[in-house]
Amino acid sequence: MELYCLGIESTADDFAVGITTFNGKILANIISAYVPMEGGIHPRKAARHHARVASRVIEESLKNAGIKPRNLSIIAFSQGPGLGPCLRTGATVARTLASYLGIPLVGVNHCVAHIEIGKLKTDVEDPVTLYVSGGNTIVSAFDSGRYRVFGETLDIALGNCLDVFAREAGLHQSVGEPFGAVVERYAAKGKRLIPLPYTVKGMDMSFSGLLTAAISLLKRGEHKLEDLCYSLQETVFSMVTEVTERALAHTEKEEVLLTGGVAANKRLQSMIRSMAEEHDAEFCVMPKEFAVDNGAMIAWTGVLAYKYGVVTPIEESVVKLKWRLEEVEVLWVK
Amino acid sequence: MGEMKQSVLMKKGAEASLYLADWHDRKVIMKKRLPKKYRLPELDKQVKTYRTIHEPKLIHEAKKAGVPTPTIFLVDVESATIIMEYIEGKQVKKLLSKTSRSERQHICLEIGELIGKLHRYGIIHGDLTTSNMILNSEGKIFFVDFGLGEKSKELEARGVDLHLMKRALQSTHFRFAEECFSTVIEGYSKMLSSENVKNILGKIKEIEKRGRYIAEREGD
Repeated sequence: MELYCLGIESTADDFAVGITTFNGKILANIISAYVPMEGGIHPRKAARHHARVASRVIEESLKNAGIKPRNLSIIAFSQGPGLGPCLRTGATVARTLASYLGIPLVGVNHCVAHIEIGKLKTDVEDPVTLYVSGGNTIVSAFDSGRYRVFGETLDIALGNCLDVFAREAGLHQSVGEPFGAVVERYAAKGKRLIPLPYTVKGMDMSFSGLLTAAISLLKRGEHKLEDLCYSLQETVFSMVTEVTERALAHTEKEEVLLTGGVAANKRLQSMIRSMAEEHDAEFCVMPKEFAVDNGAMIAWTGVLAYKYGVVTPIEESVVKLKWRLEEVEVLWVK
Repeated sequence: MGEMKQSVLMKKGAEASLYLADWHDRKVIMKKRLPKKYRLPELDKQVKTYRTIHEPKLIHEAKKAGVPTPTIFLVDVESATIIMEYIEGKQVKKLLSKTSRSERQHICLEIGELIGKLHRYGIIHGDLTTSNMILNSEGKIFFVDFGLGEKSKELEARGVDLHLMKRALQSTHFRFAEECFSTVIEGYSKMLSSENVKNILGKIKEIEKRGRYIAEREGD
C-alpha cells in the first residue's frame, strides 16, 4: 500500500499544499499567492488570504493526487521561520487535519525543506546550497549532522532588496510578474555600472546600506533606471556568488544548488555557474515550481523526518518565527 | 614591482594566492587577489582595489595597537598585489600541541593580550586561527592575514572574533582547547575592562547558542 503525506506551506505570502508519496513521488503541488494591492506583504492580510483559500487548495491537491483524506498517513507543515500570522494560519489548518484524521503531525523547517526538495528534484546529493528569496539569503552545506550556515545576510534578504527598489522606482509589472523579474528585465538593457556599496563581511553580507544608496541615486534622477537596475543586480549577485565560492572552497564539496525565488534570475544563474565551473563543481538550479515556496517540499521533508521517528505532538506544534536552519538535527543524512 | 625571483605558491585560497618570493634580496610574501570571472571586470577591479588598499591599512593599524604584523613593502593596486615581510618563524598551529604546558600557557596568554590590544583599538581580525599566528625565534607572536578584517568596536564583532578563535582551538588542539581558551581570555582580560569582558563572554555564549560557525573550522 502506498503511503502519502500532505504538506502545508505558509511562511509568507503563499499558501501552498503538496502531496508526496513516502517514496518521493510528487502527486500535487498547488500554490495560492497573496497579491497585495500595493506595497509589501502585510502579515495579517496575507494570513487572512491563507485562511480563505486553505480548504479550496487542500481539496484541489487531493483531487490532483487522486486520493481521499483517509488515504493520508501524515500531515507536515512549515513550523518556521517566517511571518507569525501566516505561520499560525498554516499550523492551525495542519493541526485540525491531523487531529480530525487521527494521524501524526510533523513540523518542518522551511529552509531545510528547500534543500531537501532540491536533492529530490535535481542530481545533487551533497551540495553547497545558495537559497535566495524575498525572506532568506543563506549559504549552507551539510556537516556533522546538520545543515550549517556558512554565510547569510546580516540584515534584509536579497530578494527583499530587489523588491523594495522596484517598488520605489515604480517599475511596471505585467500581470503575475514578480518584481525580481521586472528588475531583471530592466537590467538587461543597462550598460553602465554605477558604484554601489559592496558589503561582504567575512562570510556574511549586508544589503540594507546598498538599497538605501540605490534609492537615493534613483531619487536624484541622474541615472537611467536601466543602469541602476543593472548595477544593483551586478553588485548583489556578485556578493552572494563570492560568499558561495568561499563556502565551496572551504567545504570542498563538489556540487552547488541554487534555489529560492531569486534562483529564476538568469544573470544570477550564469554567475553561480561560472563560479562552480572554476571549481570543477556541478551546478544545479531548481525548476521554478520547486524553487519558490511550495507544499511539496514540506510534504517530502516531513516524510524524511517521520521515517526517522520525528513527530510533532500538537502541544509542541507552536510556530517558531526565528527557527534557524542549523538548529535542526538532520537525522536522515549520513 | 621590480625584480621578482623564484616565487613559490604557498597557499591558494578562494580569494587570493600567497607566494613566497625573493624580492630585492629579501624573502617576501606576495599576496595576489585573483580576478573573478563571474564579476563584471569593472566591479571586479573596484572590489579588489578596495581590499588591496584596506588590508595593508589594517595590518599597519594593528602595529599602532601594539600587535606585531608583517611590514608592508609594496601595494600594487593595478595588479591587486601586496608585497610584505616574510615572518621567519613557526606557525603557532604547528607547535601548540607539542610544546610544554608552561610554554603553551605563555603563548596563549600572549595571544589573548594581542587580541585584546586589537579589539581595544577597534580592529577585528576576522580570521583568528592558530595558522594565522607566527612565533619567531625571539618569542614574539605575529598576526597575519587581515583579509577578512574590519574596523569595529561592536560587541557582536568582538564576540564572533573570539568565538572563531575558540573553534580553531577546538578543532586543531582539541586536547588542550579548554585550557588554552581560558588562558587566552585571561590575557584578553588584561586589555579590556572587566565590564567589557563580561559582556563579550556573554555574547560568545549567545553566538554558540545560535549554533552557527560550529563546523566551519574543522580541517583548518
